[in-house]
Amino acid sequence: MTESKNSAWSPSSREIERRNSRRAMSRKHTGIAVASSLIVLGTLAIVLVTSPGWESVKSTFFDVDYGREVLPKVIKGLWINIQLTFMGGAAIGVIALALALMRTTKSPALTPFRFLATAYVDIFRGAPLILIILLVGFGVPALGLKGISGNVIFLGTLAVVLTYSAYVAEVIRSGILSIHPSQRAAARSLGLSSGQTMRFVVLPQAIRRVVPPLLNDFVSLLKDTGLVSILGVTDAVRAAQINASRTFNYTPYVVAAILFLLITIPMTRYTDRAIRQRTQAQNSEGAT
Amino acid sequence: MGIVLELRDIRKSFGSEVVLDHLSLLVPEHTATALIGASGSGKSTLLRCINLLETIDDGQIFLDGAEISDPLIDVDQVRRKLGMVFQSFNLFPHKTVLENITLAPIKVQGKSRDEAIEMAERLLKRFDLSDKADQYPDRLSGGQQQRVAIIRSLACNPRLLLLDEITSALDPVLVNEVLSIVRDLKSDAMTMVLATHEMGFATQVADEVCFLESGNILERGSAEQVLHNPQHPKTQEFLRRVHQAGRL
Repeated sequence: MTESKNSAWSPSSREIERRNSRRAMSRKHTGIAVASSLIVLGTLAIVLVTSPGWESVKSTFFDVDYGREVLPKVIKGLWINIQLTFMGGAAIGVIALALALMRTTKSPALTPFRFLATAYVDIFRGAPLILIILLVGFGVPALGLKGISGNVIFLGTLAVVLTYSAYVAEVIRSGILSIHPSQRAAARSLGLSSGQTMRFVVLPQAIRRVVPPLLNDFVSLLKDTGLVSILGVTDAVRAAQINASRTFNYTPYVVAAILFLLITIPMTRYTDRAIRQRTQAQNSEGAT
Repeated sequence: MGIVLELRDIRKSFGSEVVLDHLSLLVPEHTATALIGASGSGKSTLLRCINLLETIDDGQIFLDGAEISDPLIDVDQVRRKLGMVFQSFNLFPHKTVLENITLAPIKVQGKSRDEAIEMAERLLKRFDLSDKADQYPDRLSGGQQQRVAIIRSLACNPRLLLLDEITSALDPVLVNEVLSIVRDLKSDAMTMVLATHEMGFATQVADEVCFLESGNILERGSAEQVLHNPQHPKTQEFLRRVHQAGRL
């Protein structure tokens, strides 16, 4: 009965009035948005272009021809950053998961590991990444171990992995702790051991919950691989630096920045969307 | 008829608050024991102590004659024999209905996947949920979720089923579809201990009704005796209040 009513429905005159006034309102809002954007951005552009140093800034930072010339070198460097990100990311995932599990375990046999994992996280989360890179980059070769001593790419990645594992471990741990104890109670009362409960019930839910913040960390990781350039790795930053210091033209830095942004902005957008979807899913899930 | 569960002089406290106090209980095979009492009287804690989710402070618990309150006991082994259904369902949200049901049979009992799925499908069919097998819990109504939770417990062939206020979180119209499963189980002679606020339901399925107050069983007997002819003034008072709330 209700269906036949629905199909015969046409908006009342009051509803048509409301729609018209909503449309008028939204036209007005669009107008205001355009006007204010023109005023704010226009003012900024005018300040920039009329500033006394603009001409020299333009030629030393935004030299299009020179930018085009160094582009292949910077891209070649960026490829190193991308490789470091993916290889480091994989290692970080494994180490961080192990650290998070160690920190959340209650097994008495694993007490020393829990202690060590906590100390590890405290140290590497608390020290600036650039210091860790310098310490690993110059400290490990001093050990005189065969094979790895001279490889700056390996040492740089190692430093980044050490630091990021601590961050990511904490994210995963917070995900584990966010799973309601009733889930554990349900699993244990089915006879699952605590290990099985973690593996089949807690961890899958925890990981799902922390994917958005982990994507954030992944974007940061890509940017921070630029720091390994201080060890002499010819990544995008270093490639730009070499060219800039040769010509005293800083356009390569701008090129490197744009290349990083071309990768990180889509990733950030994707992360935002994942967070939004996650929030919606959680809201529909209700208490659990 | 053997005794499945025996509680002897149980005591449990949280800090300075004594929740269960010198409580004793016998549950014979194939019987249903209903625990009634106000919120905070210790019903849920009692059930959680039985399946060792809580550690008792004193007393002994025996399952089929073996003491399970021994700290050296393998708790996973004990819990394999016990089914527990919670007020808040506690289905695993990342698993489908079928996966929820087959998880323990496969991982705990070591059944093959096919065997576990076959049994799960049989149970789902019996309780009219076959079409939900591949759904995730959040797509189900509360009543359906709770029925799945009961099936999940049944899939482990428990010796004793513990039901912790399984209808308290449900819309009144959904209560009956859950209770009818329990009635079914009762006619299958499943041994059960259930905490409940549904007095009418307790009358239907319980062989023994225990009235809990401040961690003690103040009155126990057949449903007829305890619910319709209570002797203890506290029981009378409790039932009067339940009656006023319209639940009898």
